[in-house]
Amino acid sequence: MDIKVLNLNKCFNGQQVLKNVSMTFKSGSITCIMGASGIGKTTLANIMMGLQRADSGKIEGLKGKKISAVFQEDRLIEQWDAVKNIMLVCRKEFTQEYIHKNLNEIGLSDYEKKPVSSLSGGMRRRVAIVRALLLDYDVLIMDEPFKGLDYDLKKQVIGYVEKMTEGKTVIIITHDKDEVKMLKADLVIMNAEGSKADGKMQ
Amino acid sequence: MNKEKTGRKGGHETEQIKKRVKKHGIKFFVLIFWIFVWEAACRIINQELFLPSPLSVLLSIFDLAARPLFWLSILNSFIRIFIGFFLGIVSGIFLAVISYKSKLIYELISPLMKIIKSTPVASFIILALVWISSKNLSVLIAFLMVIPISFSNLLYGLRSTDVKLLEMAKVFRLSRWKRIKAIYFPAIMPFLASAVSVGLGFSFKSGIAAEVIGRPANSIGLNLYEAKLYLMIKELFAWTAVIIIISVLFEKIVVNIIGNYGQYKDIENKP
Repeated sequence: MDIKVLNLNKCFNGQQVLKNVSMTFKSGSITCIMGASGIGKTTLANIMMGLQRADSGKIEGLKGKKISAVFQEDRLIEQWDAVKNIMLVCRKEFTQEYIHKNLNEIGLSDYEKKPVSSLSGGMRRRVAIVRALLLDYDVLIMDEPFKGLDYDLKKQVIGYVEKMTEGKTVIIITHDKDEVKMLKADLVIMNAEGSKADGKMQ
Repeated sequence: MNKEKTGRKGGHETEQIKKRVKKHGIKFFVLIFWIFVWEAACRIINQELFLPSPLSVLLSIFDLAARPLFWLSILNSFIRIFIGFFLGIVSGIFLAVISYKSKLIYELISPLMKIIKSTPVASFIILALVWISSKNLSVLIAFLMVIPISFSNLLYGLRSTDVKLLEMAKVFRLSRWKRIKAIYFPAIMPFLASAVSVGLGFSFKSGIAAEVIGRPANSIGLNLYEAKLYLMIKELFAWTAVIIIISVLFEKIVVNIIGNYGQYKDIENKP
């Protein structure tokens, strides 16, 4: 079932952040959301994750679905290492070896036992991505997941995300058109008037 | 390559040892400095009745330590104060948790804690003597001194928990136990360590003061009282030194135990 956002409105301190936002996310595919800073992309993600309530409007197709996320900030347990951070949330059947294999795939095998506070921004981002992908979920929401990664690394991580999310509904907030192209994703552009579907980027 | 790694590791360890030696060296120097000041003051006053010398106090401690009653008094006082301290910490944690969960409970408990915090120890001791036996007085007094400290520290720690991590826990559907272990524990541990550190000092000071007034048999307080009564100043100093040593040692042990659950050993090393 597709996820439909219908006429969503949200105000903060009298300032309208979301104004009649409507969009559709196709089930089992990747959709990217682009738009200027401050247009309400993260607010929309927070509402979809159940962290904020919309003033009006509704979202269809999310009820009962398990959500996973890569937040705008990494939101890792700083003093824990990567494996421990992932084990905190991941599915019970995933062993340490499996987590190690996943970290290895995105070039983190040498750093998995270090506290995440000692890792670079790009490394922490990758830990947050693996953590989100190893959770039991139906819908994955990622808020600028590839920021801080250089081109080659971004390509490698995008390949890993594509492989791991096959058949799942994925919503990615991004500012980078190249990412949309690499992901071969559907694109929705948010602007002050609401949003519009822009098809696939070529 | 391995040799290079081992070499670097060895170098790091040597550096660590040097730092530790330097740190302990400074502490030792400070101790010696103040003993010299004490000795100098003692020589200037030149009256053992007012200010005994460090050596005579040390000898007095050895003399006391040879008596079985010395150890029995320490044990009795320590157990009673520890029970009061422990109950104070645990009750403070419990009250902080329910106050964190409910604004109404916070409004109910908060003024009570403020009153306990502001009431002079002497008032509590005299009042408590009317209610309970002198034997249990130090338990109640230590408890009353610690509970507001534990309550306010823990509540502050809980309130400073990272909201973004709590949101992450909500989205990832973490169990209550996982939330406590991963998010609440690390947030409250520095505040708990601080409550323990401050609370221990308070509970020992107030507990012994309660014993001096209540004078239960075979207690440090009674020994202090008798030393003062019979003008045994060396013994008075010796008992005071014993109280300080017990308090500091116990604090180090407890803070270390708490430190082992997180990275909070630094709390006592902060300038």
